[in-house]
Amino acid sequence: MKLWKTALLGAGAVALATGSAQAREIKVGFVATFSGGLANLGEQMRRGAELYHNLHKGDLKGDTIKVIFRDSKNPGGAVAKSVVQELITRDKVDIVTGLVFSPNAMSVAPLVTQAKVPVVIMNAGTSFITNMSPNLARVSFTMWQSGYIMGEHAAKNLNCKTAIAGFTNYPPGKDSANAFKNGFEKAGGKVVDLIPMGGPAKVPDFTPFFQRAKDKKPDCFYVFVPAGNHASAVVKAYGQLGMKAAGVKLIGPGDITQDTQLQGMGDAAVGLVTAHHYYADLNTPTNKAFVAAWKKAYGADTTPDFVGVGGYDGMAAIYHVIKSVKGKITAEKAMAALKGWTFESPRGKIMIDPATRDIVQNVYIMEVGMDGKRLVQNQKGVFNAVKDKCKELKIGRCGK
Amino acid sequence: MDAFVNALTTILVFGLAYAMLLFIISVGLSITMGLMGFVNLAHGSFAMVGGYVTVTTAGDWGVPFIPSLLIAFVVVGLLSVLFERLLYARLYKAPELDQVLMTIGLVFVSIAAVTFVWGADPLNIQIPDFLRGNVDLGFKLIPTYRAFMIVIGALIAILLFYGLERTRVGAQVRAAVDNRRMAESMGINTGRLFTLVFALGSGMAAIGGGLGIQILGGVKPTFAFEYLVVFLIVVAVGGLGNIRGTFFAALILGVLDFAGKYLLPEGGAFFIYAVTLIVLLWRPQGLFGKA
Repeated sequence: MKLWKTALLGAGAVALATGSAQAREIKVGFVATFSGGLANLGEQMRRGAELYHNLHKGDLKGDTIKVIFRDSKNPGGAVAKSVVQELITRDKVDIVTGLVFSPNAMSVAPLVTQAKVPVVIMNAGTSFITNMSPNLARVSFTMWQSGYIMGEHAAKNLNCKTAIAGFTNYPPGKDSANAFKNGFEKAGGKVVDLIPMGGPAKVPDFTPFFQRAKDKKPDCFYVFVPAGNHASAVVKAYGQLGMKAAGVKLIGPGDITQDTQLQGMGDAAVGLVTAHHYYADLNTPTNKAFVAAWKKAYGADTTPDFVGVGGYDGMAAIYHVIKSVKGKITAEKAMAALKGWTFESPRGKIMIDPATRDIVQNVYIMEVGMDGKRLVQNQKGVFNAVKDKCKELKIGRCGK
Repeated sequence: MDAFVNALTTILVFGLAYAMLLFIISVGLSITMGLMGFVNLAHGSFAMVGGYVTVTTAGDWGVPFIPSLLIAFVVVGLLSVLFERLLYARLYKAPELDQVLMTIGLVFVSIAAVTFVWGADPLNIQIPDFLRGNVDLGFKLIPTYRAFMIVIGALIAILLFYGLERTRVGAQVRAAVDNRRMAESMGINTGRLFTLVFALGSGMAAIGGGLGIQILGGVKPTFAFEYLVVFLIVVAVGGLGNIRGTFFAALILGVLDFAGKYLLPEGGAFFIYAVTLIVLLWRPQGLFGKA
């Protein structure tokens, strides 16, 4: 374990510490899940960040970046907090980034407020996170962006009058289910049950929860689970319990049709409708070039997904900070540089909202279909420049 | 009324299927703890390896599903004999703490080993067509695979009851559980008996590991730890070394676990711990254990 971590750190440092040494050396602490069953998420994020770096390392004009990779292990928050503390006090990093899971981002917030270190969040999606510290900017997504829109879409376009929301019982899960409920009920639907489905650390047997949903016969079943292994288990349980035949439509945020997991889901995934900010199947020139570069770098059988794009765009944001801040990078200067920053991302045009330091982006509605033997996601709709609805409506901790 | 009957059958069918899985995996643990007083925390690792053997034979090599389970039974059974002779046998007379440390170490080794060979992501298999779809009970459809699990679990339970109550080896096992020294002085080779029972128990755990792939979201390296607590609870509630106890404990806990999650998703996962607490306060030796 130890050996492997050192090797990863070494490889990262070698890969990213290029260029001349005359100007600044910017230290970036990259905290993500690199071990255990959720390691694929950290790896996707690292690949995205590294891809941007390798394509743009000439842009820094003499400055160099040294990336220090640290493993946050699980979604619990405690490990993330202690490694970030080490990164700040011992390694003296200028910027912290990564952060796959919401509890990890939350546990880091007080630290970086005190230490005045800027953070670029590459994934963690619970809406109110950016309210927890003035030094956080997010390039990924918020649960409310996908959840609220999916709620509206389900009521208006999928003919769902009743719905049930099942969610993994931790902050982004509650957030997502709540966002869906708000959007769905505002558009005239009724959420008849909210089902918490265990914690994020391990994939539970979904049968009791799904069977409960099935027996209540809703038109739509909205499911949020963390990206990764949970998602395939969700689609499997949905298929096995015959919910499709019983007329219950499975919908959710794009976490449940994560591109890297999609091909393993089988026929049961066909017809699944999700809302999200990125899909590898997006039909735009920027995305096609991005997917091609990804496959060239990591192999033809790999695919980027929203976590990979989070890493890519996060690195773009960090590059922007390095290029626009003169001298030492402080949280204040970094946030000033990021507020209002726009970027032509593979997911479409993105911007950091100057008021909330949160991302403004397109949200797509996609439906899973078959192309020969391959599962593909076909675009059914798009909402442009979506802000975080939770902060707009000032719901709960989003209002503070 | 309809909704009530519907919920009740749902809970019974799914709960029983889960209960059978718990029984198949836990019974070996119960017998080894009862017979030798050996705390084998690595029992879940044998179930996990069984799952991986099933994935390899049924998934990669195209062996049909049921023969794959039998292969897992044999492979893991033989593997466990190797471990029993090389490692476990040295610690039979050691303090319990040593046994716990050694077997916990084995769990870590097994997790690292399967991650090295099969990777960290969960692996799944395609179940054969005859186990897909639903069985019509007249008033309700139940998934064929769950029905299949209930049948297999019942069959194994009957075989074990019969083997333990009606065969010579069974009588020897019962005698050794009751009073090992007396059994030895009557000429029973308890060492060899234990190796046999250990292999049988590990083999059954392997079948459980293979059967569970489909309903536990695939087989993964952390399986050995994630479900260890549940297996230990079943054994503790049922009473050490007692097949009947393990069976009823698995039934009670399996059905209650499903019922809890189905009826009260918010706190349902806590249900079986509450039941365990009550049972053990009332009967510290377990439902069928001897005081």
